[in-house]
Order: sequence, then C-alpha cells, then structure tokens
Amino acid sequence: MSITLGNVEHVAKLAKLQLSHEDKENMVEQLNNILAFADALSTVETDHVAPTSHVLPISNVMRADAPKESVSLQLALQNAPDADEGQFRVPAVLDTGSEA
Amino acid sequence: MSETLTQKPFETVVGLEVHVELHTKTKIFCGCSTSFGAPANTNTCPICLGHPGVLPVLNKQALEYAMKAAIALNCEIGSISKFDRKNYFYPDSPKAYQISQYDQPVGLNGWIDIEVNGATKRIGITRIHLEEDAGKLTHESSGFSSLVDFNRVGTPLIEIVSEPELRSPEEAKLYLEKLRSILLYCDVSDVKMEEGSLRCDANISLRPWGQEKLGTRTELKNMNSFRGVQRGLEYEEWRQADVLLSGGKIVQETLRWDDAKGITISMRSKEEAHDYRYFPDPDLVTIHIDQAWKERVQASIPELPDARKARYQSQYELSPYDADVLTSTMILADFFEESLKHTKDSKSAANWIMGDLLGYLNQHGKELTDISLTGAMLGEMIGLIENGTISSKIAKTVFKSMIESGKPPKTIVEEQGLVQISDEGAIKAVVEKIVAANPQSVADFKAGKDRAIGFLVGQVMKETKGKANPGLVNQLIADALTNS
Amino acid sequence: MSLLKQSILSINKKLAAREVSAVELVNASYDRIASTDSQVQAFLTLTKEQATARATILDAVLSGGEGNAVLAANPLFGIPMGIKDNIVTKGVRTTCASKFLENYTAIYDATVISKLNASNAVMVGKLNMDEFAMGSSNENSAFFPTRNPWDLTAVPGGSSGASAASVAAGQVSFSLGSDTGGSIRQPASYCGVVGVKPTYGRVSRYGLVAFASSLDQIGPLTNSVEDAAVVLESICGHDAMDSTSAEVSTPRFRDALTGDIKGLKIGVVSEWIGHGVEVGVRDAINTALKELEAAGAIVEEVHLPHSEHVLGTYYLLASSEASSNLARFDGVRYGVRAQGVKDLNELYVRSRSEGFGPEVQRRIMLGTYALSTGYYDAYYLKAQKVRTLIKQDFDRLFETYDLIVGPTAPTVAFSLGAQFEDPKTMYLNDICTIPVNLAGLPAISLPCGFSKEMPVGLQMIAKPFDEATMLRAAHAYEQRTTHHNVLPAWKGGNV
Repeated sequence: MSITLGNVEHVAKLAKLQLSHEDKENMVEQLNNILAFADALSTVETDHVAPTSHVLPISNVMRADAPKESVSLQLALQNAPDADEGQFRVPAVLDTGSEA
Repeated sequence: MSETLTQKPFETVVGLEVHVELHTKTKIFCGCSTSFGAPANTNTCPICLGHPGVLPVLNKQALEYAMKAAIALNCEIGSISKFDRKNYFYPDSPKAYQISQYDQPVGLNGWIDIEVNGATKRIGITRIHLEEDAGKLTHESSGFSSLVDFNRVGTPLIEIVSEPELRSPEEAKLYLEKLRSILLYCDVSDVKMEEGSLRCDANISLRPWGQEKLGTRTELKNMNSFRGVQRGLEYEEWRQADVLLSGGKIVQETLRWDDAKGITISMRSKEEAHDYRYFPDPDLVTIHIDQAWKERVQASIPELPDARKARYQSQYELSPYDADVLTSTMILADFFEESLKHTKDSKSAANWIMGDLLGYLNQHGKELTDISLTGAMLGEMIGLIENGTISSKIAKTVFKSMIESGKPPKTIVEEQGLVQISDEGAIKAVVEKIVAANPQSVADFKAGKDRAIGFLVGQVMKETKGKANPGLVNQLIADALTNS
Repeated sequence: MSLLKQSILSINKKLAAREVSAVELVNASYDRIASTDSQVQAFLTLTKEQATARATILDAVLSGGEGNAVLAANPLFGIPMGIKDNIVTKGVRTTCASKFLENYTAIYDATVISKLNASNAVMVGKLNMDEFAMGSSNENSAFFPTRNPWDLTAVPGGSSGASAASVAAGQVSFSLGSDTGGSIRQPASYCGVVGVKPTYGRVSRYGLVAFASSLDQIGPLTNSVEDAAVVLESICGHDAMDSTSAEVSTPRFRDALTGDIKGLKIGVVSEWIGHGVEVGVRDAINTALKELEAAGAIVEEVHLPHSEHVLGTYYLLASSEASSNLARFDGVRYGVRAQGVKDLNELYVRSRSEGFGPEVQRRIMLGTYALSTGYYDAYYLKAQKVRTLIKQDFDRLFETYDLIVGPTAPTVAFSLGAQFEDPKTMYLNDICTIPVNLAGLPAISLPCGFSKEMPVGLQMIAKPFDEATMLRAAHAYEQRTTHHNVLPAWKGGNV
C-alpha cells in the first residue's frame, strides 16, 4: 500500500494538523518510506496468532469506589490559556456536547 | 393498532441509543466525586482533566453496575471485557478520546418486553457498554465563546443500544419507561431524563409496508423527556412520510429536536468525516468475568417488575392493570408487600395504595419517600377494618391522619376515640331511641318505603359519630322495624 | 574528577562521615552545570532554589540524632539527580522539549518523583530530550540540541540524550530517562554510561507523559551498574495509579551484584552483529563476549527470526498509540493556544501545528493513518500480531538462555545533523533496542569499549522481572573491565 496526497490530507484533518503543500508532499514521501517497513509485515503468516496489546498477563485491575480529594480550582485552571467564571473558554461551539 | 396499520402509508422503524449515568460515588477512572451541583471544575483532578502523564484505573463499582444492568436486561455477559479509545476532538473531551468499549462490551444480545395494546412485545438490545461521560459546555452570552466545566467528565455511563425493532413513537416511549423501571429496580442510576442521568438518541426511518430493507434514517438528539422522545419521533415520522409521499428522498443526517417549537432541525455541523479510530486502550487491562462473579452480581438484582407483576397476578389475584401500577417502582411494590405482612387482604391493600395513597401523593406533588407512611402501617390499618375495630369510613380518616402524623393506626384510633362500636346492646339502645324519635319513618317503612331504613341508619351513625358498626346497625334497625 | 562521578554508595559514606554535606553536593552539581552546560546543553530548567532548600533540610536531618540511620536506609539521600522533561514534577515546568508545553507547569508529581523524594534524592533540574521522546539524537528538541560530552559535535543519542549526557558530564549523579524503543539504552551507549530499561510494569508510568503506553518505561542512567541497582530499588514497585503496574515485589538489586556469572547461559543475537553493524562496534562486542566467557559464562550465537519486522511493528504500534496519546494537546486546558483563531477547528489545527515539531507531526500522521478505517487490520492489528511473534522469539530463547546480549546500537554516536534529513536511517539506530520494548523485557546498556574514540554500549536483555540476573552479569563484566572509568574527552570543547 502506498500513501497518497489525498490520504495525507484526510489524515491531517483527523489529526487536526495543518500542512503546507510542500509539507504534504514531503510527508507523502517520508510516510511511504516508513510504510515500506510496515508493508513488509504482510509477508508474515499470522492467521493463528493472537494480537498482543499488553505484554504482561495482568487483568482485572480495579479500584474501590472511594472518593479522593479533587484539586483546587486554582490548580485546575493554572495552565488554562483562556478561562472565565472558573471555566475553560473556547471559541463558540454550536451544539451542546460531544456524542458521549 | 389495526387502525394505525391501515392509516399509515409507511412502516416506522425506530432504534434507541440510551445513555444512563451510573450513580457511583466516584468517577469511572479517578477518585473525583460525581456529586451534582458543585461549582464548575471543582470535582476535577489531573486524571479527569486529561493532564499529561495521567493514567486511568477502573472503578469496580461502575463495572458491576454495568454488569447488573446488563444481566437485568437479559444480556449475555462476555467472559472478557475490554476498553477501547474512541478518538475525536471536542472541548468537552479532555483527552480527545473517550474511553469506551468497542468490540467486547459488558453485555450483548439482551431484550426488554413491553406491553403494546395488551400484548407482550419483545424488543432486542444489541449491546450495553461502559464508557466515560464528557464535560459540560455552556455558551457565553456574548455568543463568541463557550465555557467548559469538567465536573461531569468521567462520570460512568452505560450506553444501551436497542435493535431497530420499535415500530412507533409510542413503543419507543413504552420501551424507555420499561428500561427506566428496570434500572431503578437495579438501583444503578437515578434515571432522570430531566436531569440528564438518562439521555436518549433515536434513529428513525420509514419503509413501505412489506419491504424488508430499511429506509434511510435520521438521528434525533436533544430530547429531554420521555414525552419529548415520543413527540420528536412523531414529528419526524410525519416529516419523513411527507417527504417520501411528495417524491422526495430522506437525507441521512442528525437532527435536533426543538421541544418548544415542536420541530426537528438539522444540526448541519460541518460533516467532517468521522473516523473514531477505535483501538484497545493500552493504559487499561482486560477484564475477565468468571461465572462466580456473574452470579454474585446476579444475586444482587432484586425481583424485576415483569416477574413481580406476574406474581402479583397469580399470587394475589390482582388485575394486570393493578399489578402493573403496583410494580411501576420498586419502592411502591415493596410498600405493597410490606403491608401484606399485616393483612391477608391483598385486594384491599392494592385499592388503598392505588386510590388513597397515590391520590394523596399526586395531589400534594409528593413522592412515597417524602412521607412517613409505611406499608406496615397500611397493613395494620386494614387489619383493624378486618377485625371490626374501625369501619371503612373511619379508616379514611385514620389513613389521612397516618400520612400527616406518621403515627401508627392503633395510636390514632385510640387517641381520637375512633374505635367502632360493635356492642350490640349499646347500638340497640341508640336504635331504639332513634326509632322512637322518628315515628314518621317507621310509618313510611310500613307503607313499603324501604328507603326509610337508610334515613334511620344515617341518624344512628350520626348519633354514634360514625363509629357504630354499620352491619350491626342495619340489622338492628331492620329487627326493630319488623318488631315494632 | 567531578564529585558526582563517584558512586552513590561512596557519596553516601562521605555524607555519613560528614566529609560532604547535601548542600555541597547540590552546589557541586550546579557548579559543574555552570562550567559545562553551555557546551553540553543538557538542562531545560534548573530548580536551584528548591534543590538548595531541600538540601538544607536534609543537612538539618543529618545533624539530628537519626542522621546516620537515615543515611543507611536511604542511599539516595542528598544525591543530585536530573529528570527527563517528560516526567511531571509538581510546580516545575515540564515541557517534553516541546513548544506546545513551553510554559506548562505540572500540577502533580509522577509516582517516580514521589518515590525519589521519599528517598531524599534532590532534583537539580529537568533534562532536554527529543520532543515527546520521539527521536534518537536529541535534535528533535524544540529548544536546542544537547551535545555528547565525548565529542561536542556528536549527538548524545535520544530520546533521553540529555539524561545520558548530564551523567557522563558529571553534572548529576544519576538521571531518569524513559525508554519506548531504546531511548534510555541508546543514549547511554552513545555517552558511555549505564542505562536500564526495566521490565514493562516494573516502574510506574503514572506521570510519564505517554508516547506509546504499551512500550514506555522509566529507568535510570548512571555511572555504574551498582548505581543503577541503587536507583532501581527506589523507583520500582507496584503503583495503584497505574493499571499496567505489576504486583511484584522489588528485590534488593544490590544483593545480586556478586561478581559471579559462572555457568550463566548467554545468547548472542547474530542478526545484531552482522551486516550494517559498525566494525568497531562489532569488535568491542566480540571482545566483551570473550570477557564474559572468561568470567565463566557460556556464550552461544542465537537467532531472532522476526528481526527484520521489528521496525515496521514498532513504528506502527508506537505511532498509533502516540497519535491518540498526543491528541490531548489541543490548546483547551493547557499548553499553547494559537492566537487570533476564528473558530474551534482553527484553534485545534493551528495550536497543534504551531506547537508540534516535524518529527512529532510525522508520527502523529503515521499513527492516525494506521488506525484509520480501512487500514486498521492491515497495519495496527497486523503489527500487534507480529508483536506476539517477536515476543515468542524471546520466550523460546529464554527457555535455554539466562541473558540475550548484543550491541545496544549498530554505531557509535553520529555527528549532529548527520541523519536529521533522513528519518528512515535514524530509525535503523533502534533496531537492537526496539524488540526489547515490544517484548516488554528488561535490558541494560553498559560501556564495553570504544570505536572511533567514542563509547560502545553492550546490551544485556533478561527474562521479565529478572533484572537481578542482568545486573549481576553487567556488574561482573564491569568489575573485569575499565571502560566505565574512562572520562569523556570533551572533543571540540574546553572542559
């Protein structure tokens, strides 16, 4: 598989990155160089191989439903680029929330 | 239904996606409180604010609530459950991904039974998964900016996805009511749509009768009550039919229900190709759920409304309607059953609850939990009627007094001297006095006017301040008249 | 020789003998930084005020009756350390060497920082790195490149380049780095110091700004194997804040340093000493293997059949995780926010594009692509499966061998700017270190000689949670050689 300028533009949109036309063309070349390594994986027989997302055989890690102290409002907002009324301010958004 | 079938040009297909906030003490992945109404951003920490370097640790209670709900909704509980990241940018999502479950949710293939026109209809539940809630966005009055409060972010949610098996807005409402009732029984959520602890998105499409392929659907958001869901769907059902009948095509889009205007509005958010790039969250580990764990959770689920309803009909010979009303909430059903520990007269208990009790609550805008009346008190009171201590008429007074004073019926009866007079001699004396004082009524009776008896009974009850045993009074007056 | 090039335990003895105070140690650190850092450029932030205040308190403790008992129990007491700037430190600027976080002040301490504070070590500052730990040369720092104390025209390696350089330069007694694909071991090799990547799950990741969550581990860079053992004893251990933290006890690693490796079975990965490996590096490794044999170890050549797929697997998995991990840098709650944006989308796009350097953007792009619809199975899922095979390669070897060894990197430190233009070549530097992260294994790099007058690193890899065996072998080798005693040459400098 080879990445195209169109792919790069789509991916940049998803990743919220802005690339100049020159950047995009460089990106196509650089990503294709790296993807050459990735494409080589297709030669590996993995039909009966389980994917590894954790190397450790750890499971069922949970905590009790016990409250911990929250941080102060001052600390919560300490690094905010823009805050107002104890909240983080962003440019107006039209709807009322993400799909959560 | 048959009326609708003939009238509607299309078959309506509805599927619901319901988000329910689980009422754990703390958030799903950090120890911040989930309490409602704290000042903005004060229930936050580095973890739920998505600061660099933080890691999530799963709240066991949240998982068990999700398992409980899934079992109660007849889902299969997978032996492996894992968490995935759903990637998207939005200011209310601090990590720019939501921790959710993609291909191994807590529950799969469940169902809910609803009653449609007296028949039971089974609605499939595709899946139930556990995820974290987003923060809250409000809009500054200037209109130029929005504000983000992260208190709500990380509140545990379950998303309950139904199969597209609902066939009318009415069925959608019935489904939601049943879902709420079951979740309330399970005690996993407050399930208050008005407060946002239950949120519902609906997919609706129309298709010609007999066609198997689904029509193009629209997604409805922003409905803030069960009634709003029904109205929104009714509007959208009408709108889609109108488009189709006039030869148009339905555009697949997300619509916002405007409850005040009673219309749906296209959200037209710049449709950027959504690609959530789900992948297993490497910060969390797999959850293995064995049979023993499942059984422990299952054991914590009380008898659910459908089972109780069936039992009330067979065990207490209640009508389906009465059984339905009494099992509508667990607290009411428990109240009913508590009363039956003190009386065997289940019908009487049901009548008192559905009539006087619900009437009172309704009239005063109160919940059962707001008053100090207990099922035991009601049962005892019915016992007092059964053993003749008080009359049914007096019981009305006792009942009201119990609600208002919180005192047990016996105390009220004693304090207010409401004990029924069943002493035959005492009543006979009053009867004789009344008969002697009303010769005209006696004459009327003899002339064949039976209703004269009613007048005399009324006089006796008046004389005894309603406390005379009505049966005895009737009988003694009849005796007196016959003998005179 | 800088005071801070002496072993931690010997400094501890000096403290006990009152030959040196904690304040003097801190001063020695800052003096050395003052005289060398204009050349090395290791530090992004110095915390002199806090460090001095802390050392003053420690000296007060020493002057109390319990002083020597505290010293005996806390070998890190008063020891100056540097912390890689992707480990969060409450109240101190934590930048990840990114413009995006240039003015970010952490609001909590990483678990390793809490542990080191409890051990009474003293942080003197935050160390430069490749931006968000992405790179092998430190040239990807948004601020300035750190240089190698052996040759100031050479890179110190990366991404924990400054962590290695600061220890090599004697600015601190030890430092912490993080290792996702070799980011501790490769710079340790280039700078002639010891670097340990612990078993995945051995050290809490809470407070390590995530690059690739399933690969990242924090570890120490030190002057000796013994020092590494001492630091590991402090930073290892289960942490309830990290779901991927293993519930294993932390051994007293120092007890493993017996010098005895008779009968130890060592496998040498032939793929790592063949084609593409610098001759001088190969020679140094072969000499080191002979030394291990002379010490009684049994050395045999072994194969890692999936070696050629290590890079593809790593870049897919690490970049995919990174693309998601770095999404939180959106300019809403902290970090850079682009000025004069007209809407939310522009806020995101411009803040991120202005805040992230080219290598970070490249990896975010790669990872986003690998996870996107239509490519997930062919790239991400495939890489997870090959990862399983790579891990199985090691499992099989560990049925026979106690340790797997080879070079840490195929070359010695290269010149600044030499590989900057070609990311692919730079990625090849990680070929010997990456499989260790994919398999979650512990590994150490320690000096084993020189090539072109630059240090060469010997890598030893052990079974999961068997750091003790690895440290024992590394220590035994170190005891039999003198490479670790050679001080940096400061070529091109004036120290």
